[in-house]
Amino acid sequence: MSMRTALRATSALALCALATAATAQDTTITIATVNNGDMIRMQGYTNLFTEQTGIAVEWVTLEENVLRQRVTTDITTNGGQFDIMTIGMYETPIWGANGWLLPLDDLSEDYDVADILPAMRDGLSHDGTLYAAPFYGESSMVMYRTDLMEKAGLEMPKAPTWQFIREAAAAMDDPENDINGICLRGKAGWGEGGAFITVTANSFGARWFDEDWNAQFDQPEWKEALTFFVNLMNDYGPEGYATNGFNENLSLFQQGKCGIWIDATVAASFVTNPNDSTVADSVGFALAPNAEGVDKRSNWLWAWALAIPAGTQKEEAAKAFIEWATSKEYIELVAANEGWANVPPGARTSLYETPEYQEVPFAAMTLESINAADPTNPTVDPVPYVGIQFVAIPEFAGIATEVSQEFSAVYAGQQSIDEALEKAQALTNDAMEAAGYR
Amino acid sequence: MATQHSRSAARLMLAPAVVLLLGWMLVPLTLTLYLSFKKYLPLRGDSLQNGLEWVGFENYARFISSSAFWPSVQATLIIVGGVLLITVVLGVLLAILLDQPIWGQGIVRLFVIAPFFVMPTVSALVWKNMLMDPINGIFAHLWRFFGATPVSWLSDASVQSIILIVSWQWLPFATLILLTAIQSLDSEQLEAAEMDGASPLARFFYIVLPHLSRAITIVILIQTIFLLSIFAEIFVTTGGSFGTRTLTYLIFQRVVDSQNIGLGSAGGVYAIILANIVAIFLMRIVGKNLDR
Amino acid sequence: MARAVTPRRKIITTAVAWAIGLLIFFPIYWTILTSFKTEAQAINDPPLFFSFDWTLENYAVVQERSDYMRFLWNSVILAGGSTLIGILVAIPAAWSMAFVPSRRTKDILLWMLSTKMLPAVGVLYPISLIFVQFNLLDTRGGLIAVLMLINLPIIVWMLYTYFKEIPIDILEAARMDGANLREEILYILTPMAIPGIASTILLNFILAWNEAFWTLNLTAANSAPLTAFIASYSSPEGLFFAKLSAASTMAIAPILILGWFSQKQLVRGLTFGAVK
Repeated sequence: MSMRTALRATSALALCALATAATAQDTTITIATVNNGDMIRMQGYTNLFTEQTGIAVEWVTLEENVLRQRVTTDITTNGGQFDIMTIGMYETPIWGANGWLLPLDDLSEDYDVADILPAMRDGLSHDGTLYAAPFYGESSMVMYRTDLMEKAGLEMPKAPTWQFIREAAAAMDDPENDINGICLRGKAGWGEGGAFITVTANSFGARWFDEDWNAQFDQPEWKEALTFFVNLMNDYGPEGYATNGFNENLSLFQQGKCGIWIDATVAASFVTNPNDSTVADSVGFALAPNAEGVDKRSNWLWAWALAIPAGTQKEEAAKAFIEWATSKEYIELVAANEGWANVPPGARTSLYETPEYQEVPFAAMTLESINAADPTNPTVDPVPYVGIQFVAIPEFAGIATEVSQEFSAVYAGQQSIDEALEKAQALTNDAMEAAGYR
Repeated sequence: MATQHSRSAARLMLAPAVVLLLGWMLVPLTLTLYLSFKKYLPLRGDSLQNGLEWVGFENYARFISSSAFWPSVQATLIIVGGVLLITVVLGVLLAILLDQPIWGQGIVRLFVIAPFFVMPTVSALVWKNMLMDPINGIFAHLWRFFGATPVSWLSDASVQSIILIVSWQWLPFATLILLTAIQSLDSEQLEAAEMDGASPLARFFYIVLPHLSRAITIVILIQTIFLLSIFAEIFVTTGGSFGTRTLTYLIFQRVVDSQNIGLGSAGGVYAIILANIVAIFLMRIVGKNLDR
Repeated sequence: MARAVTPRRKIITTAVAWAIGLLIFFPIYWTILTSFKTEAQAINDPPLFFSFDWTLENYAVVQERSDYMRFLWNSVILAGGSTLIGILVAIPAAWSMAFVPSRRTKDILLWMLSTKMLPAVGVLYPISLIFVQFNLLDTRGGLIAVLMLINLPIIVWMLYTYFKEIPIDILEAARMDGANLREEILYILTPMAIPGIASTILLNFILAWNEAFWTLNLTAANSAPLTAFIASYSSPEGLFFAKLSAASTMAIAPILILGWFSQKQLVRGLTFGAVK
């Protein structure tokens, strides 16, 4: 034991020395990241990190789909272009299992890994080892217009059912005044409408696969969920919802054109920000709905996280950056400059214990939603996979993108629900066969 | 006429271009062919270093038997054909118009050729958001102004929208080539026909159009080469949904979304075959026209 | 054109031509206009054409987020470098095919064009693996090579058709006077071919500038051109029309201006042998 300890100590020292040496040489690290608000805000603060450590940072900021394409190609071809990649809860365990990411098991004491929300830590780990540090985490929840609800004479329960959501959407729907009862994602793509319909299906008792990896789109629960969703959106949703994703709905809600919007918890800070939102002071929150009598709610779990590809030459610098960007101090830095409502949410327990943050209107509901999500047990019936709005297998992104395209064609009125489910069933089984599951 | 000396010199001068292009063709082609017979799922840990499993024609069979294959060939042909039709017809009309004496011809020409300079990503973004967005797009404003319900262009008229966007980008190219061709038309011939009492329509069909046939062929040839591989316009706007998944896009989904390189490579080989069928067809016509 | 035109007809054709020209130009005009609005004004209903507060804020935001000049410089280097090398390779090839044609000349030409038909996405992995192997990822050199090879067939084709229009008699006269091959090319052909070469350069500069698949997939931080710059603005959160417009304007302005200034040269050679 002493031998090993000694070895470890020496290597740790050597690493420290290396780190200092690297720092002294003004290392530059390259980070691939997604172009959402919190990440762009962080880029603005990067110069503080550079001042502290002497490590310069090059950003490659890309739109989500382009980013996925770019970093996946880079990691699978061993391209080595990035020292840090921004990836999600879907990629992390798969890449970690392949040995493509450096384990983040030696982060400093100050960093306090134990403070990361357990749901996030689990989702970003493989076999108990953390492979990516969450920059922010999210679940999904109901956001609604309190003023319109009041006008409709309804009161949103803390944990509504889909049936109540439909009732409320009907009451708030007001085409004359350009207000849609409800706005939901219909856009094709596994991370867009695909994610939403999957969690909706979960809350109707459906699942992607049975325990032998057979696709389940031929089961009545899927049909029930899809039918409910399509009817709801056709009756009270906006025109052209088949192409609406997170951004489109966010901008609709901010312009006061939606009564209810069920989406990522991170959106709460955008819709309550008076600079961007015309309805900032009249937004209420509730847990994501479930179908009556079904014991699973439709909330997902996701994190944008920072990971280090195994090929990097600048491991220490990359770790230093991750420790900085996902630290408590960074949260405090943002809070001090932009207010508590704008800090990256959903990553750390301590944030939700901060009294100032508890006063933020959406804090409690965000935490509750995150805690209500259980990736290891996402559906009513048992499944062979982990993940709520996704299935953590490499083939899922491809399959779910195609499936969601079939569904979007339903939303656009181009095919029937039965046709879409039939195609989804066939293409999923086909792809699973190609991958050797069946 | 040419001496033996200049012949060998000519061959020498041709060599660099031919060698470079041969390499550029053969290296990726060989690799693609090689990978198309392999099971290569990088996310499952397959890599060239560890050796890939030989699967024979399985990827080819799977790619072509997928329910997405034939619709994607159809979508490719419709989009390419639609854009060709629009750009050639409008290009001819526009070229004739720009050939007329008008005030401010230079400025009008600047306007007309401008879309050609816009990169595909930008033009797709601009059309998708600023023009076609069913809530805030300019078309939606226009429709509402006339009391109509705004159209969800990219879902309800997706293929047409893609054709529109791509045509907008390529119309300048067609117009310019056709305009140059029209300007080379012998105006005396037209005047003679006019004196003989030929109607404008007759003059167009019997003199102008035959004169343009060569230019039209060239436009079709060059544009087809570029149109067969359009990607950004679809990636940005519909992501391949609503019947806009072309063969190129289907391959993209197999390679990038599904990370099944073998399957995607087999798709690439099919795409080459399709391109060559189109090409042989085209070159028959072009070849004939070029000889004239 | 020598024909007499009645003023009335000229007025009508002018009006029609201007209307169509403005219609075609509208998306670009609208983008440029929107880039000077605030986000709220950008989505105003009815659309605002002039009555808004002109602001440069969007440009400031975009510049703050990404270093425009670096992307611009990379675009210039990549498009310029690939075009230049392409021209140097293509001139001799086109010359030899135009003036010393053999039975196979046409086949070679069409074969060259056919190399453009391999869909880029189909060879993403092969090319990426080659780039990794030779350490070419995110280098300007690697990208210049790819862009040059992509456009080489077009360059050769354009030059070939242009050279072919040069009357062969002049060459023969020069040969009689004892000019050798080098002098032939340098003193006789080149001056006559300059308009064609200029227009070929312009067209290929534009094509290389706008290439968005390889320039996105083979670059990271060092060699990323404007096509990568725009990829970070395609769908940010919330209202983004004005910022998107500003970024779009910045991405297309240089090439648009260049294209407009040189349109005469561009048009002159842009025939691909269509005129005979």
